Amino acid sequence: MENTGTTAVQRSYTNLQGYEGPGFMATTLDKAVGLARKNSIWPLPFATSCCGIEFMATMASHYDLARFGSERLSFSPRQADLLMVMGTIAKKMGPVLRQVYEQMAEPRWVLSVGACASSGGIFDTYSVLQGIDRIIPVDVYVPGCPPRPEQILDGVMKIQELVGNESLRRRNSAEYKELLASYGIQ
Amino acid sequence: MFQTIEIADFENLLKEKFSDKILSAETHYDVSVATIEHHSIKDVIVFLKEQGFTFLTSCHGMHFPDAKEKFGMVYHLHDMPRNLRIRLKTFTNHEPPTFPSLTDIFPSANWMEREAYDFFGFKFTGHPDLRRILNMDSLEGWPMRKEFPLEDQARFDKDDKMFGR
Repeated sequence: MENTGTTAVQRSYTNLQGYEGPGFMATTLDKAVGLARKNSIWPLPFATSCCGIEFMATMASHYDLARFGSERLSFSPRQADLLMVMGTIAKKMGPVLRQVYEQMAEPRWVLSVGACASSGGIFDTYSVLQGIDRIIPVDVYVPGCPPRPEQILDGVMKIQELVGNESLRRRNSAEYKELLASYGIQ
Repeated sequence: MFQTIEIADFENLLKEKFSDKILSAETHYDVSVATIEHHSIKDVIVFLKEQGFTFLTSCHGMHFPDAKEKFGMVYHLHDMPRNLRIRLKTFTNHEPPTFPSLTDIFPSANWMEREAYDFFGFKFTGHPDLRRILNMDSLEGWPMRKEFPLEDQARFDKDDKMFGR
């Protein structure tokens, strides 16, 4: 067996493209950083109701969020990468959620879990925020009332996909700044 | 029944002292209910507190848009040592509906009156800090009034055709 040249490869399980030879693999910085980030997401659980209970099951040994590199929950927004909003957000809670989002460092992602967080759900009333995307930008929505742990895991995997494929320049782009400006966030 | 005799005694005592102020009196589910004339409600409550009803279980607002007097407050009083309860109601048509504050005799009335203000827009004369308690400060209107729209007006994904309107 000889190993003389490099081969262009695509690793399907990591979605990583690059060139591989004996003992090394070459790829772009974007992809390497994305690979590191997507497998060590620190989620901040913002759980207000029953979806939060489903999240507890997701986090515990049976469904085991740790398999996706997210075993370290960050209860401080400063160190978190992913804001997981699970449950009904009352309008009075809106500014609190927004402040938590603003305290997170870039890059940051938001996962909206359940019907209430995504759209207000059955609570079409004066006191409930009709979807958290009224106050903060959302990356992935998980439907369900409440969603099963498998669905939450699927949402996390969708977030991983976004994280792994994100360009390093995205957060500096005019488009992204415009998005934040549309929410009035600096 | 020993208890019913005792509460009947109170009813008689009340009728004696405030005969012209009691608009109606009845018993609902073994609890005496009295409707008191609007200006005398505080006098009656002060009197009952002196008689042993020292605990204000609850007080809250009511709105009956078709009634002659639309806005009301209901007070639940409890005599703990004797385990007696009495319920008092009072109504007004004034806008904004104004009631005397009970904060000077029952400190627990403070937050309950704020709640009635928050949801019905009732004013309480003598309340030290009458502002919203549960709803967000920027809310406009009084959500528990019957004319307040049930659904969130900011929702744009609801097509009226789908709801038969």
